[in-house]
Amino acid sequence: MMFDPQVIIEKLPEIGSGLFVTLWLWIAGVLGGVVAGFVVATARRFGGKIVNAVLGTIVEMLRGTPFLIQIFLLYYGGPFVGLMLDPIPCGLIGLTVYSAAYYSEVFRAGYASVPVGHVEAAECLGMTRSQTISRIQIPEMALIVLPPSINLAIILLKESAVLSIITVPELTATVSAIGSQQYAFLEAIFILAIVYWVIVELTDRLGRMAENRLSRLRFSKA
Amino acid sequence: MSVPAIAIRKLVKRFGETAVLQDIDLEIPEGKVSCLIGPSGSGKSTLLRCLAFLEEPTSGMITINGEALGFFEDPTGRRERLPANQIRAVRTKTGMVFQQFNLWPHMTALGNVSEALKLVRKVPKAEAEERAMAQLRKVGLENRAGHYPSQLSGGQQQRVAIARALALEPKIMLFDEPTSALDPELTGEVLNVMRDLASEGMTMVVVTHEIGFAASVGQQISFLDHGRLLFSGPPAEIFAKPRHARLEQFLDTYLDRGASMLA
Repeated sequence: MMFDPQVIIEKLPEIGSGLFVTLWLWIAGVLGGVVAGFVVATARRFGGKIVNAVLGTIVEMLRGTPFLIQIFLLYYGGPFVGLMLDPIPCGLIGLTVYSAAYYSEVFRAGYASVPVGHVEAAECLGMTRSQTISRIQIPEMALIVLPPSINLAIILLKESAVLSIITVPELTATVSAIGSQQYAFLEAIFILAIVYWVIVELTDRLGRMAENRLSRLRFSKA
Repeated sequence: MSVPAIAIRKLVKRFGETAVLQDIDLEIPEGKVSCLIGPSGSGKSTLLRCLAFLEEPTSGMITINGEALGFFEDPTGRRERLPANQIRAVRTKTGMVFQQFNLWPHMTALGNVSEALKLVRKVPKAEAEERAMAQLRKVGLENRAGHYPSQLSGGQQQRVAIARALALEPKIMLFDEPTSALDPELTGEVLNVMRDLASEGMTMVVVTHEIGFAASVGQQISFLDHGRLLFSGPPAEIFAKPRHARLEQFLDTYLDRGASMLA
């Protein structure tokens, strides 16, 4: 038997549609996770002890269990509590919630990186909390949270392969199905690895460009 | 008698079990420079931070130009927290200058000074920048308007911070050890700006280790030790014939240090 990736590459249109599903689920999951994670981090910081404790416990549960198990529970366990989800919505919700837990930790560290005095200066000038968050805290933490955010996005892209087990027609599911049909499983997995790697490299480049741009905008050494 | 710029009545501040300020009663007259001195840990910075409402008093009341700051307490001791927008309004009557400057690193000097005008006073951008420029001119830094904090010396940063605090035209300026983080040769430029402000009749409350500044510019000197206000009065009285043993001891350490520097 020969190692011949050609038999997989011939199925380019199918691979493309799997790639499309992976990309949009990933981008939507990351964006949703960034927004929800920021909201969670903000609520934990300003919402008082009880809110912090409740949200903290949820975040720890999500960070403490494998994504594979969470997605299994949501898809196969959901119906027992009346939550019937199709594979794609289930995958999107799962990915968003999972990434929100991690992004909330990134933003928690971001908030902690802004010196208290900078916030106090804003308070003394009569700025409201939302003005202080949007004009002082977010811009100051941007450079700190950007590298871990890109890193997390890369990890989430790879985690999204797990969605194949609940029959989401994403890249991993599509390519491994082609592999089974063509009796070329190894070739399929090989192509899969290359495609993920290319997306990761592109994301990394984009992240570095954003970082350079941001640090040029900002002269702080702190 | 006119209303004092700041009136502090029976102020107590505790952090957990430790009482940092105990029964402080003090009136700060309008248009005067009032200096708070005392050893480290005496509570002088905490007192100033209470005046800026950066620390919430445990009990007692502070009024700024006759308006309650943060809490209203009636004579029976029942206290009530004032609404957030009212607290913000009273806070903008004071301008605060910090030991660590606390400029926002992502904004230029002009951005730092004009930000609150735009956000809090809703002044249009062009006018806000014009007014910010006037404040920078006042502290002698109009030619540094486009510089970021990291491109300025410590003394320049603190002058920008003073301009920022002046932008909303507060009635009272609060200074928390404004020269303590500066190289000795940079303290002069900041103290000069403060002298200019004092000569314009600005009410100022200054926590300082610069005993020389307190003696020459201060019109009311308050001495704190272990959270208690031990003495408050005009500088002549406090420096010429300190009758309080603890105050005498405190001033002696400064005199000793001065003498050893000359030796």
